[in-house]
Amino acid sequence: MKHYILKLADDSLIMGQRLAEWCGKGPYLEEDIALTNIALDQLGQANNWYHLATKFFADGRTVDDFAMLRVEKEYLNAQLVEIPNEDYAQTILKVYFFAVYQKLLYENLINSADEDVKAIAIKSLKEVKYHKTHAETWIKVFAGGTEESKTRLQNAVENVWEFTGGLFDEVEDEKDLVELNLIPDSKKLYEDWKQKISEDFEKFGLQLPENNWMQKGSRKGIHTEYFGYILTDLQYMQRTYPDCTW
Amino acid sequence: MKNLFNILSQIPDPEIPVINIVELGIVRDAKWLSENEIEVVITPTYSACPAMFNIEEDIIKLFQEKEISAKITTQMFPVWTTDWITDEAREKLREYGITPPEKGAEENHLNVPKKCPRCGSENTKQISRFGSTLCKASYQCNDCLEPFDYFKCH
Repeated sequence: MKHYILKLADDSLIMGQRLAEWCGKGPYLEEDIALTNIALDQLGQANNWYHLATKFFADGRTVDDFAMLRVEKEYLNAQLVEIPNEDYAQTILKVYFFAVYQKLLYENLINSADEDVKAIAIKSLKEVKYHKTHAETWIKVFAGGTEESKTRLQNAVENVWEFTGGLFDEVEDEKDLVELNLIPDSKKLYEDWKQKISEDFEKFGLQLPENNWMQKGSRKGIHTEYFGYILTDLQYMQRTYPDCTW
Repeated sequence: MKNLFNILSQIPDPEIPVINIVELGIVRDAKWLSENEIEVVITPTYSACPAMFNIEEDIIKLFQEKEISAKITTQMFPVWTTDWITDEAREKLREYGITPPEKGAEENHLNVPKKCPRCGSENTKQISRFGSTLCKASYQCNDCLEPFDYFKCH
């Protein structure tokens, strides 16, 4: 279970860290605040999952040790959350793909046989529903807006699509955890996700890429070339001033 | 027990000081462990609400002044909801300029107009789904033009 918890924690941490790059640079004030609010929710969820991870690992490592002091290969996040924000359409598209995923995930995890997992899922579900509503609103605006906005969004789909499959890549022990009713089957989740996305895309008037080739390596500690730079930013203070606190 | 809750009600929410942590529904339990030691069970509002750190410190400090040591336990389940905010606290929020949440989930209230806390008009518009803290959204009144915060259902 510990690797599964880490995969959820790392997704939220890196998603939050990436989104927070918009802080002070949003297209306008309210959107700047929206993105950083979503980023903060993700960091909060990461914190809760890391807390749970400390119980499962029980090796003396703290939440901060997990978040700040691991090396690249130890992070089990999907590559989707680490790729660059690029323009606003791509950022929103990533938030949307990820929110649809998290909503499905948490709707399943609220029935987990593990009480702690269940509690975190119930709390997080409320937050991600709100993220999804927000991202969807913008997708509709871009898709139904000018040629420029639609082209940018469609380009973002082409850029991001090959990273979406990695969200559903599995850590080693998932099959057993599914049988114990602790977690949902990631393959089933992937089917549900694809179904939802294709229904939404039809409504939005967007095209899904014809090429369904997916990047490999998510959940196995294999990352894109962008990941090391995120860790550099994220870990700088703890590496430079070990154990410093706020 | 009642006494402990009374003491805890002296602690204001760090972000919205007109309401206290008991009426906000954050304090789930408080009990004596020994003559000079208590346990306070609190629950977070949002996963990342930064006020939770202050609240823990405020509780510990308040009881320290009374020479009581307070042990804080954070409990996640049952999960906090704005339904736990007391009616009295909702009224305090409104007077403070924050439109209080409806009961139930936010998605059930998407099309319900948020009343302006200043003039009571329902002719208001959403400026942003998000606001200055995780728990609020930004609105403006079309009649009196007052910008205001809405405490989201959660």
